[in-house]
Amino acid sequence: MPAVDVRLLEVVKRFGDMVAVDRLTLDIQDGEFFSLLGPSGCGKTTTLRMIGGFEEPTSGLIELQGEDVTWLPPFKRNVNTVFQNYALFPHLTIYDNVAFGLRRKGVKDAEVKRRVTEMLELVELPGFERRKPTQISGGQAQRVALARALINRPAVLLLDEPLGALDLKLRKQMQVELKRIQQEVGITFIYVTHDQEEAMTMSDRIAVMNQGHIEQLGDPESLYERPSTRFVAGFLGISNLLPGAVEGTDGSYATVRMADTSSVRAPSALVGSHADVSIGVRPEKIRLREPADRTPDGHNQITGVVRDASYLGVSTQYVVEARGGARLTVYEQNVERTTRAELWAPGEEVLLTWSPDHSFVVVDQPTPAVDGSTPA
Amino acid sequence: MTRHRWLLPYLLMAPGLLWLAAFFVLPNIQMVLMSLSTGSISQGWTFAWDFDNYLGAFGRFPDNFRNSLVYGGMATLVCFLIGYPMAYGIAFRGGRYKTLLLFLVIAPFFTSFLIRTISWRILLGDQGPFLAVVRNTFGVVPANFSVIGTPLAVVAGLIYQFLPFMVLPLYVALEKIDKRLIEAARDLYAGPWRRGGAIAGSIAGGVVVAFVLTGLGYASLEEGGVVGFAAAVVAGAAVGGLIGAFLISESFVRVTWPLSVPGVFAGSILVFIPAIGDFVNVELLGNPKSQMIGNVIQNRFLQQNDYPTAAALSFILMAGILIAIFIYARVLGTEELTGGRS
Repeated sequence: MPAVDVRLLEVVKRFGDMVAVDRLTLDIQDGEFFSLLGPSGCGKTTTLRMIGGFEEPTSGLIELQGEDVTWLPPFKRNVNTVFQNYALFPHLTIYDNVAFGLRRKGVKDAEVKRRVTEMLELVELPGFERRKPTQISGGQAQRVALARALINRPAVLLLDEPLGALDLKLRKQMQVELKRIQQEVGITFIYVTHDQEEAMTMSDRIAVMNQGHIEQLGDPESLYERPSTRFVAGFLGISNLLPGAVEGTDGSYATVRMADTSSVRAPSALVGSHADVSIGVRPEKIRLREPADRTPDGHNQITGVVRDASYLGVSTQYVVEARGGARLTVYEQNVERTTRAELWAPGEEVLLTWSPDHSFVVVDQPTPAVDGSTPA
Repeated sequence: MTRHRWLLPYLLMAPGLLWLAAFFVLPNIQMVLMSLSTGSISQGWTFAWDFDNYLGAFGRFPDNFRNSLVYGGMATLVCFLIGYPMAYGIAFRGGRYKTLLLFLVIAPFFTSFLIRTISWRILLGDQGPFLAVVRNTFGVVPANFSVIGTPLAVVAGLIYQFLPFMVLPLYVALEKIDKRLIEAARDLYAGPWRRGGAIAGSIAGGVVVAFVLTGLGYASLEEGGVVGFAAAVVAGAAVGGLIGAFLISESFVRVTWPLSVPGVFAGSILVFIPAIGDFVNVELLGNPKSQMIGNVIQNRFLQQNDYPTAAALSFILMAGILIAIFIYARVLGTEELTGGRS
């Protein structure tokens, strides 16, 4: 069991009447790539700023490697930050920017020089020492910001949407780069982002935040495959949610009866003792078949009519209206059907089938859901 | 039309350039000629390459040049010491009151320059609201103690007149500093700056006290006042040092200060140039001995009709200012100031 690097205990942050972070409790392990994921205003940046020491919590406790740092100023915490838009010092050269932290700590010049050179190599910017921040590109500035923070060998590196200002291609490249650097230096990264794909690509674990609290915490696979709230199901990818009432269980699977009297099955471990649940299924888990086709044993099946088909190249996205009126999104790889004639056409009747193991269960306060699907 | 587009900037500049040519360049040429002429107002002036005007002017008024330099420099320094915290406060802590505070900074401009200076005469006067109360009610100062008529009153007037010219450029420079840069500095272990802050603060405190005492005419060295003077300066330095040690942080020294240097430069120039050539404050708040070079020029032009000397003095002053600015720019670092790399 790895040591806990950062611990947040019942942390609350209020700005006036607004509760930005609401009784947040969280353990982050040593050496972990941890992401705080959520829409803007969910409290993820405030949480990061409290760990960095830029905001003081209204109440609660923040521990860093077992030491209470709740009230310590940033310069007394063994934590460094990569800021959104980098915040490089415009009046200093790249060398002086990267050397800034070491010099404040009184490290000898020769040692500073050695470590700056080494760090610029790590971020693949050797030879940039004499330039000013205005003379480099966004991607390069990003690397300098990373070097400037990492050179201090912090216990934890905080990254506040560091790739937000880069274009898509560079962002993808930097995601891989960041992960490589994190594994190379072995430092705990806490990464704030609103981009679910970015979080999934890099993180060991993700905390999905909404309205100041953590909706769900887990590794990317379990968050995607087994979202436990409507919010998480909707925020990470597209999901189809079908509300229904739990009828009973036959050991490992529970049967849920939907409004239109058809029933689907889901792992009973997920259903628990709840009476009203929504059964969710990801679009790529559903198979479309001819109504006359045989459904594999034990698979869920509903009938529906294709309403819309969009050819996306790698796959085709269908919107299927189920008999009960729910609209489901279905992705089908373009393998068996590729030409327009072969693809399902709007108006065709289809059978939707999926393994009950691919069902997930969302329990939430019964908002009167008429429509089964969630908006993207 | 598009073919002549290159003309547009020149057309836009034309009115300004014509104005400058007519009212700056031409009068200046005329003044150069005048400064090298001989004659009198009744017999007329003849151009004679008479450099004696310059040599004479320089030699005859050393006290006035010194007064100008000292008062102008002091006014600039104190404007900076008062103005920097002010601009910093408005830029960083002003919040929603920023606009109101800036308005208050320039509010005095809505009153005539002359009226404001005359009000200072009343404020600082022997029967004014401050001195009268301090002397008559509390009796803490001697009966013959005056502020009006001292160099201190002159410099106080200059500081008051030109403080907004210091605050506004400083505010502009400080306001545009990204606050995240300061967070980044603090994140990178920039903490308090006790020793440096104490040194900077004591120097500033000592200088201000010394300047106030000197300005008040505290020259009673022969009466054994040296000890008192030194004690006051040390006390000022101690207070300044304490303030500096607790108020100045390393993030300020490493980030905020270097990024605000262009504002310091602009503000100092905008205060120093008009202050060094000023004559109104001396006229209304000073005494004959505290006359600045501006008073001499005004006197030569308007009372004595000694145009060549007045013109020569003007050019000496102008050259002095240019040299001072050049040195100042070099000291502060020209690259940042000229925006060479920005």
